[in-house]
Amino acid sequence: MTVTYTLPDERGHFGEYGGRYVPETLMQAILELEEEYKKARADKSFQAELQALLKDYVGRETPLYYADNLTKYAGGAKIYLKREDLNHTGAHKINNSLGQALLAARMGKRKIVAETGAGQHGVATATACALLNLECIIFMGEEDIRRQQLNVFRMELLGAKVVGVKSGSATLKDAVNEALRYWVTNVEDTHYILGSVMGPHPFPMIVRDFQSVIGNETKQQYLEKEGKLPDAVVACIGGGSNSMGMFYPFIKDKSVRMVGVEAAGLGTDTEKHAASLTKGSPGVLHGALMYLLQDEHGQIQEAHSISAGLDYPGVGPEHSYLKDSGRAQYESITDEEAMEALKLLCKLEGIIPALESSHAVAYTLKLAPQMKKDEGLVICLSGRGDKDVETVRARLGGEGK
Amino acid sequence: MNRIEKVFQNLKQNNEKAFVPYIMAGDGGLDTLAEKITFLEKSGATAIEIGIPFSDPVADGPVIQQAGIRALQAGTTLRGVMAKIAEIRPIVHIPIVFMTYMNPIMAYGIGNFIADASKAGVDGLILPDLPAEEEEIIAPIAERSGIEIIRLVTLTSPIERIQEIAARGKGFLYAVTVNGITGARKGFNEELGKHLEMVKEVSPIPVLAGFGISEPSHVEEMNRHCDGVIVGSKIVDLFESGDLDGIEALIAASKAEKIKL
Ligand SMILES: Cc1ncc(COP(=O)(O)O)c(C=O)c1O
Repeated sequence: MTVTYTLPDERGHFGEYGGRYVPETLMQAILELEEEYKKARADKSFQAELQALLKDYVGRETPLYYADNLTKYAGGAKIYLKREDLNHTGAHKINNSLGQALLAARMGKRKIVAETGAGQHGVATATACALLNLECIIFMGEEDIRRQQLNVFRMELLGAKVVGVKSGSATLKDAVNEALRYWVTNVEDTHYILGSVMGPHPFPMIVRDFQSVIGNETKQQYLEKEGKLPDAVVACIGGGSNSMGMFYPFIKDKSVRMVGVEAAGLGTDTEKHAASLTKGSPGVLHGALMYLLQDEHGQIQEAHSISAGLDYPGVGPEHSYLKDSGRAQYESITDEEAMEALKLLCKLEGIIPALESSHAVAYTLKLAPQMKKDEGLVICLSGRGDKDVETVRARLGGEGK
Repeated sequence: MNRIEKVFQNLKQNNEKAFVPYIMAGDGGLDTLAEKITFLEKSGATAIEIGIPFSDPVADGPVIQQAGIRALQAGTTLRGVMAKIAEIRPIVHIPIVFMTYMNPIMAYGIGNFIADASKAGVDGLILPDLPAEEEEIIAPIAERSGIEIIRLVTLTSPIERIQEIAARGKGFLYAVTVNGITGARKGFNEELGKHLEMVKEVSPIPVLAGFGISEPSHVEEMNRHCDGVIVGSKIVDLFESGDLDGIEALIAASKAEKIKL
């Protein structure tokens, strides 16, 4: 049976989700971006330029590493790690930032605005801008600035201007608001490099496509190592980009279980979590119809997660669609469980994962034992934990040795 | 005929310009709404734009953001505003236009929202995060119920698009005067006058200028090129500081100049 999957449709919808719910001032820029992206996608020289940078600058392909110790510990399916943490700048975010920065340069836009949560997307974007000589301004919530001070300094070192955002919960959601406001005001010469598979069409599609290198490589590598497809792929979900990049190439392979792991914060039965798919409902935020954490009056609620990169009250439209259609499964992991998984991966494998990625590791510890020993799964290890060492140290308070 | 069409017909007959002030519902408590609306009507407002607060208003600048936060902190909900409008509608004679974002309406339920708004006597809707590409989700049902979608056109909209958008509506066209968000501006792009005239030329319905208009001189300036103005942040500011004279002065500026035929 051949299964076709051609979303988004022409209007940027994934079923009922997605779309372009933006101020009219941005419509021209969004339509132009869509046109230009179509051309770039079909343009061999653009693709070659991106491929060359991904190889020589980012360090792709990233390894698919068989985690023997972790596999033995979990006692079930073979566990592989897709090492996005080994990318230049330490996370998958650079795949997208570089692609979009090239696109911006191609459109003649020399100024870039971006939002950031954990700072990983900000660092990746500042990096791409330094490389391509683009001006770069990054909006970041004050709360995240506090949690991720080193990343703020990194962005500045790379030549970006970092602007703190005080409004709302002073985290990622508010940084997106402010970046959108900045873009509306400076749309003539500025491109907005959105950091996840969210926002108005064509962003969810563009970011997914640039991140699909993760799943494409994984598929190839897994085939080479195991002679078959993995039985499951597991990835953490903030806005949903590393997971979408992992999932997309497997969507038509129905035997591959796709598991997205949201942040349950202090627990999904409390008010302090970021599990939009598990606990939220559909609505419109930041230009798209998607699952959101909101109250009965449609006011957006604050998300909570120990990891700044998952601290977002929505999940991109394609995930919203995949949830409803049942093609992907969505689970959640608490702060506590993520922290335990982080420590475990350090001890067992000598890899310090990002707190975000630790959510995927934590869920795998539940999933793998339920699977057979001759089955295998891949965790998207979306980033490294260097940026989180302070948070982890404060949390463990000297314990943890 | 919808109330909005009627007031613009009257304005045209009398060679007058429109003045549409914006207030944030629930800022200062929902109980002040009736008082503010009747004051604005008495001072000569053509219609009233009533903002429904939303937690993440991406089209709004600091003044309206703050007003929204105050309103939400006072417990304002779309349901509450709807009930209040239904209650005070008999004493208000001018059109009432809601301005809000899609999400509070979706949470209310689009069908229920339109039914209740229609019953409450709401005449129009301004939705800054609903471009033409997405309006199908609400425009047909709104317009069947006699509620006009007030569409926005901007400095970045190509003329063919402006023409196409203008042709869809029956109320008035909202011509955004700046690239940016709501909030006072000192001045405007030199080409703005020309832009507004171009919009007017292709629009079968009245064209009102809005975003950033904050001085009586701005009102007079805009009115030379279009059919009236919408003033938001400045009105919110003046109510907040209790400067009712300032509000009257802005409205008076719109009466200063009649259309010179
Ligand atoms: C390492 C890492 N993983 C995951 C995420 C979450 O984003 P997404 O769901 O778009 O992959 C972030 C975001 O900052 C991140 O830094």
